[in-house]
Amino acid sequence: MTTLSTPAVTPMRRRRTNRNIVPHLFLGVLVVYFLIPLWWMIINSSKDAAGLFGGTGAMWFAKDINFLGNLQDLFTYDGGIYLHWLGNSALYAIVGGVGSTAIAVLAGYGFAKFRFRGRNLSFALLLGSVMVPLTALVIPTFILFANLHLTDTIWAVILPSLLNPFGVYLMRVYAGDAVPDELLDAARVDGAGEFRTFAQVALPLMRPAVVTVLLLSMVATWNNYFLPLAMLSDNGLFPVTVGLGLWQSLASANNGGGHSLWSLIVIGSLVSIIPLIIAFLSLQKYWQGGLSIGSLK
Amino acid sequence: MTSAPAIASPRRRTPRVPLSSTQRAAQRRRAAIGWLFIAPFGVVFLLFLVAPLAYALGLSLFTKGLATGTEFAWFANYIQAFTDPSFLRGVGFVVTFSLVLIPIQMALSLGVALVLDALTSRFARFSRLVIFLPYAIPAVIGAIMWGFLYSPTFGPLGQLFGLIGQQAPFLLDADHVFGGLINVVTWQWAGYYMIIIYAALQGIDPSIYEAARIDGASSWQVALRIKVPLVSNALLLILVFALIGTLQFFTEPAVLRPISNGGITPDFTPNLYAYTTAFSYAQFNYASAISFALGIVVFICVYIFLFATRKRGSFLS
Repeated sequence: MTTLSTPAVTPMRRRRTNRNIVPHLFLGVLVVYFLIPLWWMIINSSKDAAGLFGGTGAMWFAKDINFLGNLQDLFTYDGGIYLHWLGNSALYAIVGGVGSTAIAVLAGYGFAKFRFRGRNLSFALLLGSVMVPLTALVIPTFILFANLHLTDTIWAVILPSLLNPFGVYLMRVYAGDAVPDELLDAARVDGAGEFRTFAQVALPLMRPAVVTVLLLSMVATWNNYFLPLAMLSDNGLFPVTVGLGLWQSLASANNGGGHSLWSLIVIGSLVSIIPLIIAFLSLQKYWQGGLSIGSLK
Repeated sequence: MTSAPAIASPRRRTPRVPLSSTQRAAQRRRAAIGWLFIAPFGVVFLLFLVAPLAYALGLSLFTKGLATGTEFAWFANYIQAFTDPSFLRGVGFVVTFSLVLIPIQMALSLGVALVLDALTSRFARFSRLVIFLPYAIPAVIGAIMWGFLYSPTFGPLGQLFGLIGQQAPFLLDADHVFGGLINVVTWQWAGYYMIIIYAALQGIDPSIYEAARIDGASSWQVALRIKVPLVSNALLLILVFALIGTLQFFTEPAVLRPISNGGITPDFTPNLYAYTTAFSYAQFNYASAISFALGIVVFICVYIFLFATRKRGSFLS
C-alpha cells in the first residue's frame, strides 16, 4: 500500500507495481463478492422455470437461453402490470425527488446565509428528526391520510417523500462554504432583490450539491418500501419494490405452484435495477464529489 | 437532538459594533427573508413530521378494547411495550445486530477506502464502482437476490455443499438468520460508506503525507495515524447513520420473512413488530406506542454513542 499521489520517479514506479499486487488481490476478492448476486441474477434471468428449479448449476447458464421469452412474460403478465410499477416508481422518484430537492435547496440556503432568532434551535430539531423511526411516522401518517381519503392515491407516497432533512443539512453545509457572503452582498448593493440574488448568484454556485441531493433523494424514493407498502393496497399504484415484494410473498405462499412467478421475480429484479445503475454511472462525476459534502465539515 | 453539535458546526460571527436603527430594521428584514426561504421546508416538516408524531403520541396514550371502547390510559401501552417479550426480544436483536454489524461494516469500508485511496490503477477505479453498486439497488431487490442465493432450491449453496457430501445450511433458519442478514446488509451498505470515507480521504492535502514520509513514517503509519484521524468526522457521521438505520431494521427481514420457514418471526425487529401490530392486527394504539418506545431506544443509543465518542476525544472528535 503506497500512498504517494504525486508522480514518482520512474525506478520507484516499477517497484510500486510489485507491491500493489496484494491490495489488488484484496480488491479482486471483494469485486467477486459484490458481483455474486448480480451474476446469479443475470444468469438465472435467462432460464425458464424448469432450468431455474431443476437446473444443473445455479451459477451458470442452462442449455436453453430463454432471456427474451422471460422478458416478454414479464411485460405481459397480469395485463402488463410490471410496466405500470416501473412507471409508478419513476413518477414517485421524479416528483418526490425534484420536490424535496427544491425545498431542501431553499431551506439549506436560508439556514446558511441568514441569521435569525431560532435558527440554531430549528436546525437542531431538523437533525434530531433523522432519529425518528419510520414506523413512528408512517403509522400515524397512514391514519391521517386515511381520514382525508388520501391513502391509495399517488399523493400518499409523494407528499411524505417531500420531507428530506438530510438534504437540507447537506445544502446548508455546502452553501455555507461555496457561496461567499461578499458575493451576495455585492449583488444586493447592485440592487438585486433577495430572490434574484439567490437564483442568479447563489444557485449556480450550489449546482454540484443540488445534483447530489437530487440523485440521493430520487434513489431514496425509488428504493422506498415501507411507505408505499403501508399506504397502498391497489396494486396498480405500487412502485416496483412493493410489486416485486408482493410477487415474492405470493410465490413463496404457493410454494412451488408459482413456478412462472419465480422466473418473473428474477428478471423483474434485474430490469428494475437498470435505471438506477445507468443514472449512477452517467452522473458519476457529480455524486462522487458531492457525497463528501456532509463529512468534511 | 443531541446530534446537532456533533455534526454541524455553524460558523460563529465575529462580534459586531452597535447598530443604528436603520441597520437594525434591515437586519429584521433579512431575518424575515431567511424564514421565507425555510418556510416550504417548515410546512413539510410540520405536516409530515410534527403532526404525525404528535398524533401518534396521542394514539399511544389511549387503549382500544372491544368491550371498553377507546379510553385514555396514560402510559399503559408503554408499560405493556417495555414488558412485552416480543418487543424486548426485538430490541435485543437490533442492538446485538448493530454491535456485530457496524464494526464489520466500518472495518470493511474503511479498509477498502484506504486501499482505493492509495491506488490509482484502472482496476481500482472499476472496483470502487462495483463495491458501490449495491447502493443503487433497492434494499428489497438486494434482499430478494440474497434470498435466492440462500435458497436450497435455487441457490449455489446446495450444490457447493453437495460436492463434499454435506447438507447445506439454510441461512435464513432460526440458527443462521443472524449471519445471513449480516451478510445481506453488509453487501448493501458497505459500498456507500466506503464512498463517503473515500471522498473524505481524497479531500486531504497530500503534502501532509510527504511531511510524514520525510519523518520516516511507513504507509501503514500514514494510513492509521494521519488519514484515519483526518476523516474521523466522516466516520462519526457514518456510524451515527448506521446505528440509527440498523436499530430501525425493517426492509430485509420483511422481504425475507415469507421464505425464511419461520426463521424470521413477525416480531423479529421492533419496526417489523410495530408494522404487523398496526397493519395485520389493526392495533394502531399499541403500534404507535411500540414505535415511540423504539424511538426512545434509538435516542438513548445515539446519545450514549455520541457521549462515548466525544469523551474519548482523540479518535473521533
